Amino acid sequence: MKISIDHIASLARLSVSEEEKSLFGAQLESILSYMDKLNELDTSAVDPTSHVLEISNVTREDVTAQSLDREDALANAPDKTEKFYRVPKIIE
Amino acid sequence: MELHSLGIAELRRMLDKGEITAKDVVSSVCSRIDAVEEKIKAYVTITREEAFAMAEEADRERAGGVKKALSGIPLAIKDNMCTRGVPTTCSSKILKNFVPPYESTVTAKLKERGYVLSGKTNLDEFAMGSSTENSGFHTTNNPWDTERIPGGSSGGSAAAVAADECIAALGSDTGGSIRQPAALCGVVGMKPTYGRVSRYGLVAFASSLDQIGPITKNVTDCAILLNAISGRDLRDCTSAPVEVPDFTAAIGKEIKGMKIGVPKEYFIEGLDPAVERAVREAIGKLESLGATAVDVSLPHTGYAVATYYVLATSEASSNLARYDGVKYGFRAEGKDLVDTYMKTRAAGFGPEVKRRIMLGTYALSSGYYDAYYKKAQQVRTLIKDDFEKAFREVDVIVTPTSPTAAFRRGEKTDDPLQMYLADIFTISVNLAGVPGISVPCGFTAEGLPVGLQLIGRHFDEETLLTAAFAYEQSTDWHARKPAL
Repeated sequence: MKISIDHIASLARLSVSEEEKSLFGAQLESILSYMDKLNELDTSAVDPTSHVLEISNVTREDVTAQSLDREDALANAPDKTEKFYRVPKIIE
Repeated sequence: MELHSLGIAELRRMLDKGEITAKDVVSSVCSRIDAVEEKIKAYVTITREEAFAMAEEADRERAGGVKKALSGIPLAIKDNMCTRGVPTTCSSKILKNFVPPYESTVTAKLKERGYVLSGKTNLDEFAMGSSTENSGFHTTNNPWDTERIPGGSSGGSAAAVAADECIAALGSDTGGSIRQPAALCGVVGMKPTYGRVSRYGLVAFASSLDQIGPITKNVTDCAILLNAISGRDLRDCTSAPVEVPDFTAAIGKEIKGMKIGVPKEYFIEGLDPAVERAVREAIGKLESLGATAVDVSLPHTGYAVATYYVLATSEASSNLARYDGVKYGFRAEGKDLVDTYMKTRAAGFGPEVKRRIMLGTYALSSGYYDAYYKKAQQVRTLIKDDFEKAFREVDVIVTPTSPTAAFRRGEKTDDPLQMYLADIFTISVNLAGVPGISVPCGFTAEGLPVGLQLIGRHFDEETLLTAAFAYEQSTDWHARKPAL
C-alpha cells in the first residue's frame, strides 16, 4: 500500500508542505498498518453499526420558528458585504 | 476551608442557609485563579466580569426567594461548547476569534439553573488528543505534577477542577476525553450514555461518539450536574426520547448483591503495575461492601483502538469540512476560492487535526471505503455485542481508566500511535454508546492519581453512580488535594 498524500490532501482541501508530505506519509502508513489488524476478524456476516441508538427519521412539526438573525449569522464572517458572505471571484 | 475548594452540594447548603453569598464564592474562585492559573494554564478564556454579573443575579434571585439548582455555582466549560457572546475557540487558531451567536443546549440549561460561568477551558485542538498538548494556544499542566500532562482532551476542565479553579466543569468525551483526564487529575468524570445529553452547540468532532458530561470533585456533584444537563432536545435528533430520573436518588443506595464484572482483556501487558494494584484493591473494596466480582470477557477489546481511529477520523474529516474561511473563523487569502480553502485550512489547523482529516479522508475515499470504514463499522457491532453479552451477567464492569498515570510533557508527541494507545481502556465505551465514570482510586509511588472506571448498561447511569458513591465513601482519595 502506498498512499498518495497529494491526492488525499487535495480531496481534503488542505495544502501540505514538502516536509508535511513526508512526515504525514510515514505516519499514515504506520497508523494504517496498525488498522489492518481489523482484517484478522471475519465480519462477512456482521451488520455495520453506524449509530448505537435505534432512532430514525426524527421529524418536527412543519411550523415556522425563530431562527438566527442575519446580522448575527454574518457577524463572524471574515469578509462580507451587506447581506452576504463575500468570497474570491469564482467565475472567469 | 476556602470556598473554592468545596463542591456543589456543600456550597449550595451554605448558600441556602444564607451563610455565604454567590459573590463570596466567585471572589474565592477568582482569587484562586489569580494564585495558581499561571502554573496550571487550565483556561483559554477567564470570564471574570460575566462571573460577577451572574453571581449578582444569583444573589438577587435568592434574596427574592427564587431557588435554583446551581444558583451561584462557578462552573468551567470546555471551550468546544458554544457560549453566546463568549469566544469559543476549540483551542484552534482557525476559531481563535469565533464568538458564537447562539448558546449550546447544555449551557442554556445551566443558565436556567442559575450557574456562574468561570471561563472556557483548554483542550486538544477540536478535542483531538489525550494530553492537551495539541492545543493551538498552550499546554495545560497537571496540578499534581506540573511537569506532566493533565490528560485530554478535556485536560483544561479536569485540571481546573483538581486545582480548585472552579467548583465543577463540563467536558466532552469522544474516546475517553472526560474519563482519562479525570483519572489523571484525580477527580470524577462521567461520559453519559450516548443520547442522554444534547450535543446542540457542541462543536462536532465525531458525531456518533461525542457526548458531553460532568467533571467534578465528588460523585454527588456528578449526579447534580447530570440532572441539570440531561434530557431530550429537539435541536439534537440523536438525543434520546427517554425518561430522565433524579440521579441524586442513586446516591447512598447499598451495593449489596451488585454483580461487578472484571474483564480480563483490560489487565494486560502495558498496564502499569501501580495502576493495576490500585484497581485490584478497589475491586476488593467493592466486594467488602457487598458486591460480587465475577470474571467477564470482552473479546474484541484489542480491536477497539483501530476501529475507533477509522470511524472517528472519518467522521471528523466530514465534520471539519465546514472550516473553509467563508462563514466564520480564520481566512488566508488565496488566488481563487479553492486555493483560499486550501491555504486557510493549512494555516488554521494544527498537525494532529491535519493528520486526522487526512486519515479520515483516506478511509472514506473511493476504493477504500469498504476496507476501512465499513469494516470498522462491522467491528463496532462486535464490540457493542461484547458489552450486551457481559451485561446479561453483571450490573457494572470495572476496569482501569487509563493504563498509566499522567505522563511527562513531550513523552508521546512524536509518535501519534503511542498517543492513541493512551485511550485503550476508554474507547470501547464510546463505540458501544454505554455510560462510563472514572473515580479516584489511589496514587502511584510518585504521588500521581489513578482512576477506576465503572461501565454500565445503556441509560443506567444510576447504577454507576450508586457503585461509584459507595466506593468513594469508603475511601478518602477524593478528599486529597494537590499541593500548589
